[in-house]
Amino acid sequence: MSAVAAWRADNARRMATSGLAMVALAASFAADVVTGPALLPIGDVLRTLAGRGDDPMMAAIVVQLRLPIALMAAVVGASLGVSGAVMQTILANPLASSYTLGISAGAGFGAALMILLGGVLPFGDMWTIPLGAFAFAGIACGLVAGVGQLRGATPELLVLAGIACLFLFQALLSLLQFLASPEALQMIVFWLFGSLLRSSYPKVAVVAVVLALVLPVLLRDAWKFTALQMGDDRARGLGVAVGKLRLRAFVAVSLLTGAAVAFVGTIGFVGLVAPHVARGLVGEDQRHLLPASAVLGALLLSAASVVSKLVLPGTVFPIGIVTALIGVPFFAWLVLRGARR
Amino acid sequence: MSAVTVRYGRREAVRGVSLVAEPGRVLAVIGANGSGKTSLLRAAAGLVPHGGGLTWDGAATAPSGAVGYMPQDNAARAALSVFEVVLLGRLRSLAWRVVATDLAAAEAAMTEVGIAGFADRPIGELSGGQRQLAFLAQVLAGDPRVLLLDEPTSALDVSHQLQVLGLLRAATLRRGLTTIAVLHDLNAAARFADEVAVMRDGALIGLGPPGAVLTAALLRDAFNVEAAISLGPDDRPVVVPLAVARGG
Repeated sequence: MSAVAAWRADNARRMATSGLAMVALAASFAADVVTGPALLPIGDVLRTLAGRGDDPMMAAIVVQLRLPIALMAAVVGASLGVSGAVMQTILANPLASSYTLGISAGAGFGAALMILLGGVLPFGDMWTIPLGAFAFAGIACGLVAGVGQLRGATPELLVLAGIACLFLFQALLSLLQFLASPEALQMIVFWLFGSLLRSSYPKVAVVAVVLALVLPVLLRDAWKFTALQMGDDRARGLGVAVGKLRLRAFVAVSLLTGAAVAFVGTIGFVGLVAPHVARGLVGEDQRHLLPASAVLGALLLSAASVVSKLVLPGTVFPIGIVTALIGVPFFAWLVLRGARR
Repeated sequence: MSAVTVRYGRREAVRGVSLVAEPGRVLAVIGANGSGKTSLLRAAAGLVPHGGGLTWDGAATAPSGAVGYMPQDNAARAALSVFEVVLLGRLRSLAWRVVATDLAAAEAAMTEVGIAGFADRPIGELSGGQRQLAFLAQVLAGDPRVLLLDEPTSALDVSHQLQVLGLLRAATLRRGLTTIAVLHDLNAAARFADEVAVMRDGALIGLGPPGAVLTAALLRDAFNVEAAISLGPDDRPVVVPLAVARGG
């Protein structure tokens, strides 16, 4: 078989793999809608979804509560998966993600700040907290990206800047927690847990629109991102304007992460693990890696959402805790498996 | 190139180097570590800001894709196949749906370099020598007119060195490339280059055919070594470094 034919076959296999992941996502999404604190019969839930239910109570639970949560899990997971993949690529570091580089910490600080100012500002919490989180995710990302524009900035320097950013915002967050009233402190802690329970259709729409706008822009640079994997110098030699590409990517990541984290709080590990799994499945051609990271991120968070409802029947466990508890052992397994090879 | 200068902060890495490289010929740049060889090459590739003038066939800027640059570091972290790495040499024209001309160019470059056999192997699993061949195929796939190579053979065993340099010569002749290679191995420069440029402290101290440039006096100047020079089987000089010169 010629090299071209072999490569084409490989591409077909990658598409099929992503297709399978989408099927798994659909199954997980369905499970997410079917499960919940109220133990509703599966048949009735499906009938309600199809618009043929006759129980208004059931309709309210399924359509107003569960469906937005299931959708939110999928779009937030996809956003975090893509932003993690992009971060790992532009920083040439498999440990990069919005969580490890302080962008989520920035969002947490922004949210906490808004919670503290809650009594002062004349707007409702429902939108001020996400806005604060979004703004500070952008500021954190801007700090790291700003370092990247310095002359002679290397990926290592950017990672260090991100870690500095993480500590800075964690310290600022601790300061706010120290100053907060007991009620505000409780709100901050709950926000930081990460939860899908505050989901609503308008919020789902915001995250989905950001994802739908940013993903195609990133995909347009797919080959350049792939070239960047071979090092800055070689990519430059091939004609990539590395500095500009990084800056574009940072803007995209801050939008994706900001929008996702703003509504659901800090959810770690999805942005780290999903791209890793995707890379193992479809390789590093970013035309495949970015979409696969999105699908696997969505799958991971959707599955975590299902698990969060099954751990303690009748209650919903904070999803941020679930993703970390599933994510850590899984990640350790991945790393160890890589080390043995 | 005329009076090319490269500065890093206050340090001047390249000081007023002027030279002409011609199509179909290999120009080797030699000199001690830190003498400015790499900086000169990076300036020519447009990767670092420089003073002085670079002209390409009389034009001030090289046409897009005309310059192929191969950096020194040939580490490969990415989980890309050899074919994908070579295909990236076509980056300027690669579209979402890869067109036949790009695929054909990648395949032809792999055949030219003799690595078609391991097209689907991950680049990270290749030996250093094979990897260098893959990167050579990558630059060739871009159909450059000027080839700039930074120490293409330093990490390779003897047989891969000969293979890479032989391929370079052949490609330079066949494609009419203007090839500039930074080389550490003086005998490789003597055997494979049409012209040799010698650098010291950022300046050019010798330029000409290997037989004229590679003299004991110049090598003492450039590298601070005493060397015996004789004529090889093909009338090109053979350099045997003997000792570090005294009082250098």
